Amino acid sequence: MFGKLSLAAIPYEDPLVMGAVAGSILVGLVILGLITYYRKWTWLWTEWLTSVDHKRIGIMYVVLALVMLLRGFTDAIMMRAQQAIAVGMSHGYLPPDHFNQIFSAHGTIMIIFVAMPFMSGLMNIVVPQQIGARDVAFPYLNSLSFWLTSAGVMLVMVSLGVGDFSKAGWSGYPPLTEMQFSPDSGVDYWLWSLQIAGLGSLLTAVNFIVTILKMRAPGMTLMRMPIFTWNTLCSSILILFSFPVLTASLFLLTLDRYLGMHFFTTSHGGSPMMFVNLFWIWGHPEVYIVILPAFGAFSEVTATFCKKRLFGYVSMVYATAAITVMSFAVWLHHFFTMGAGPNVNLFFGIATMIIAIPTGVKIFNWLFTMYRGRVRLSVPMFWTLGFISTFAVGGMTGVLLAAPPADFVLHNSLFLIAHFHNVLIPGALFGYLAGYAYWFPKAIGFPLNEKWGKRAFWFWLIGFYIAFVPLYILGFMGMPRRLAHYDNPAWQPFLIIAAMGSIILFLGVVCQLIQLIVSIKERQANRDLTGDPWDGRTLEWATASPPAVYNFATIPVVEDLDAFMDMKEKGIAYKRPKAYKDIHMPKNTACGLYNGLQAFFFGFAMIWHIWWLVIASGLAIIATVIARAADDHSHYVVPAAEVESIENERFRRFAAAADQQTN
Amino acid sequence: MDNMTSKAADLDTNLDGVFEEEDTAAKQSFGFWLYLMSDLVIFASIFATYAVLAHNYAGGPTGKELFHLPYVFVETMFLLLSSASCGLAMVHMNDGRQRQVLSWLAVTFLLGFGFIAMELHEFRALILEGNGPGRSGFLSAFFTLVGTHGLHVASGLLWLVVMIGQILTKGLTLPVQSRLLRFSMFWHFLDVVWVAVFTVVYLMGVL
Repeated sequence: MFGKLSLAAIPYEDPLVMGAVAGSILVGLVILGLITYYRKWTWLWTEWLTSVDHKRIGIMYVVLALVMLLRGFTDAIMMRAQQAIAVGMSHGYLPPDHFNQIFSAHGTIMIIFVAMPFMSGLMNIVVPQQIGARDVAFPYLNSLSFWLTSAGVMLVMVSLGVGDFSKAGWSGYPPLTEMQFSPDSGVDYWLWSLQIAGLGSLLTAVNFIVTILKMRAPGMTLMRMPIFTWNTLCSSILILFSFPVLTASLFLLTLDRYLGMHFFTTSHGGSPMMFVNLFWIWGHPEVYIVILPAFGAFSEVTATFCKKRLFGYVSMVYATAAITVMSFAVWLHHFFTMGAGPNVNLFFGIATMIIAIPTGVKIFNWLFTMYRGRVRLSVPMFWTLGFISTFAVGGMTGVLLAAPPADFVLHNSLFLIAHFHNVLIPGALFGYLAGYAYWFPKAIGFPLNEKWGKRAFWFWLIGFYIAFVPLYILGFMGMPRRLAHYDNPAWQPFLIIAAMGSIILFLGVVCQLIQLIVSIKERQANRDLTGDPWDGRTLEWATASPPAVYNFATIPVVEDLDAFMDMKEKGIAYKRPKAYKDIHMPKNTACGLYNGLQAFFFGFAMIWHIWWLVIASGLAIIATVIARAADDHSHYVVPAAEVESIENERFRRFAAAADQQTN
Repeated sequence: MDNMTSKAADLDTNLDGVFEEEDTAAKQSFGFWLYLMSDLVIFASIFATYAVLAHNYAGGPTGKELFHLPYVFVETMFLLLSSASCGLAMVHMNDGRQRQVLSWLAVTFLLGFGFIAMELHEFRALILEGNGPGRSGFLSAFFTLVGTHGLHVASGLLWLVVMIGQILTKGLTLPVQSRLLRFSMFWHFLDVVWVAVFTVVYLMGVL
């Protein structure tokens, strides 16, 4: 009836895990209780859960990413605490079995369930508005993507209390992940959560490529596209061509584990190296997938907060495109030591060094945009400055690792860990946080508190250096990654410093939570009445904050790069049309939510070999898709009169804002 | 929100108008084309894996011992002809001849079904002989590559049944035509992939 699942799968004996489970359940219950108490279920259902509005979906993605950031961060603190004390006779507080799950979950969560949803969230909120569109090309598909990502998140969260998570690292190399060496359900949780969320990402990519290429406002040629949109396009192209490789490699490993095949086994003619190759053919482009949209956010922020057109727009576009192409030719640098031979290593080593060049071009573009600009040091700009200085260091240690002989020494050491945190934290996370601060007023309607934002930034920046510089040193001292326990006492002082760094980082997270609470409390006084709080340059600032459901009452006509700034200079930015027209918008649908839930049950049933539930949820998915495909009435009309009254309200707020300014 | 329901009726009468105005079919075809390209990458990954494992027999049988080219040739003909009949259905769809569209789609279904039946028969025989996918790396890759294509064809057959149902209930409306167009893209795509499977797996395995 329940396959491999029994009550023994719940780790009662482990107080740490049970504490985490109880905490998660408690938080969940409190949230459900509050929703019920304030009678918000209908509101939640119609305005959010079944919404196909790209802005709503974007906000839900960001919330999901922030929640998972807390989870991934907790994992990080636990690892730092363990390594700070587990030397010699002391074995710390985490048994190796648990420690291995934590580092596997930390990597999987941070990449797949923090970076990807944060990125998709910003793309969703911003891109349709930047190109002057009313929604994405396929709104239902967009909702489906979000709920598939959520299904993956739910599987990871459930693995906390039911069974184990994978102990084989986030990259899940066979033969360790084969049935022979990992017979429990941990690897299956990893497989299915990645597989389901990956499908969501793929569909997002299809959606955004079509949206960007087919739905731009009249006059917006490719070379007039805002740079964030360009980065989203390139990132989506990377997803489109790399995620299927992940799908295939996970699928083959699944077949090994479930049907006893021999793709990656060490016997019967399997080839574990094949998995490693396939995984990184996805895995390296994935790095650029999460980092390109962040670069886009930095570019928008720099131009806006320096009150200048972005320096070298064209070179920025070509640099992004070059990274997109070249990111497929560097994957082997993840395993120089695994026997490819000097000539192959040489090719990939040089390719890896070359890909640093377009990134360098971007750095100079940002610097030259600031040069002689009127730099406003607001929170998004803080993140950008912190990024440029810190990322440059991470990039250079990357070029160092790109030399195969150096890599042979530093491979699998903490130097590598320090390197990739040094590119991904400033490169991706700082970018998302810059975007979060920059676009928050647009999405929500009021800005974030500056004071707490700056505090958060300083804790993050200082904490980052204290947490990761010791890891570079430890790498040179020869400390390997993923150690639950070590015997060399010389390493301990550095690990204690690193643990303190992670506590400073934690204070940064706390400041961000406080920032959110303070901003919500002060929202009445700070409402963004104009829709353009930063004196923005691109079209997303031409809508109200938060935008009307249709974004633009009339589709703007684009005549220049930085279209909105151009309109403001020509004095036509706020001109009202003679008459409004009816607007077609997509209707809400619960199909995406149902598909997500069904996918969750399908994944869960596969993990625990509950075959009847596999069949039932599989059929339910097919039935929902067929039912949805038969529904041709997926649009409704916002009548011209209603558009007019919404727009009248908007212009009334402009007047109020003008009054506030003169007072 | 109230207006949503009151105006929905107006829209129903002008479904095709909205569909055309928003250029929906073009977006859908382009999006589906992108999906097909990503699907092609899945096949490419499995092809690459097959190429790596193609000679890892682990003491088991080789392709030369297992494959019967005439049998696979007939199977291939089923699929190629089904592509032709699908093409004919599309020609009739463009002229709005619903009855002919339905008959050619039915022919497409039967041919596709014949292909799947032959493939399953081949798989069954191999497994019964003890040469299942767990026998060797080569056979794992063989079953997975051919089987993944077969799974696509089977999904295509389900899609085809749904489309026949939609034509019968809705007629050849613009949304239905757009779906049929994408179905035919999918079906021809599977044909192209099969040509590669036939060449790489069967021909190169036997010759």
